Amino acid sequence: MAAKKFPVEAGHIMMFARAVGDPNPIYHDAEAAADTEPGKTIAPPTFYQASAQFDPDYFLRPKIGEPWFGSGKEPTGVPPTRTGGDGGTGLHAEQRFEYFRHVSPGETLTLKTRPGKSWERQGKRGGNLKFSENITEYYDESGELVVRATGVGVRTEKVVESD
Amino acid sequence: MALQASKVQVGDTYTQKLTDDLSRTQIVQYAGASGDYNPLHSDEIFTTKVANYPTVFAHGMLTMGMTGRMVTDFVGDGRLTAYGVRFTRQVWPGDALTATAKVDAVRDEDGQSLVDLSVTTVNQDGDVVVMGKATAKIDP
Repeated sequence: MAAKKFPVEAGHIMMFARAVGDPNPIYHDAEAAADTEPGKTIAPPTFYQASAQFDPDYFLRPKIGEPWFGSGKEPTGVPPTRTGGDGGTGLHAEQRFEYFRHVSPGETLTLKTRPGKSWERQGKRGGNLKFSENITEYYDESGELVVRATGVGVRTEKVVESD
Repeated sequence: MALQASKVQVGDTYTQKLTDDLSRTQIVQYAGASGDYNPLHSDEIFTTKVANYPTVFAHGMLTMGMTGRMVTDFVGDGRLTAYGVRFTRQVWPGDALTATAKVDAVRDEDGQSLVDLSVTTVNQDGDVVVMGKATAKIDP
């Protein structure tokens, strides 16, 4: 389900930092990064989530030659793969990272993913809420655990309205 | 520049404006960088006609990433040991976001000074969009 290998690349870190609006030179300027405390470029705190790029089956990326549930000129009618498939929606409720070390370009991380806890509760606006945890551990080339990411997804039985 | 335990006090806060007017393009940038191309974040036709939302909205992880800038600007590069948030409200194009860290504790663990922070990001109406916790190594 998750990527097995996550090559950490300087260009990817630069683009990710731009996307989250972080101009810190440690993310895009190797010379400037050399003068920082880490002494080199490191990944921003939430960069680990971008390992999805290296998951060949990631369900929120269109696959070449396969139907995609996003629209073209009009809605395609293709059923969403795993989000909103039953008229409800799957949303990200919570995300936690534990950092044992911050990684740098040139490293290749190995990912191990497992399910965590799951629970249900009644929502105020969205009907019955079903929560489930997904835990991804990122290991470096010497087999050391560098980051643990815990995501919590929630599925609701109807669309959550904003107010 | 890392924080120093002797100069940080419980209750101290650090606030940073993250955006005045979140652009649809920044949401697309995040889709491209993160690899999360869920149409709910960029595809107006799908989001309004199929999923029945008023318009596209930001990835929760974009708001968490933007908030992460405030946290690392406060504690210093490479100092975080934990960072987690709950996504409490959707973030829409045009939202203005402000993030604040509040010092909950300054403590020592195995000879390492640590700071525990509460992290909150609010929109232009003062509604909380993400809230969570972070812990970072600080200097004695």
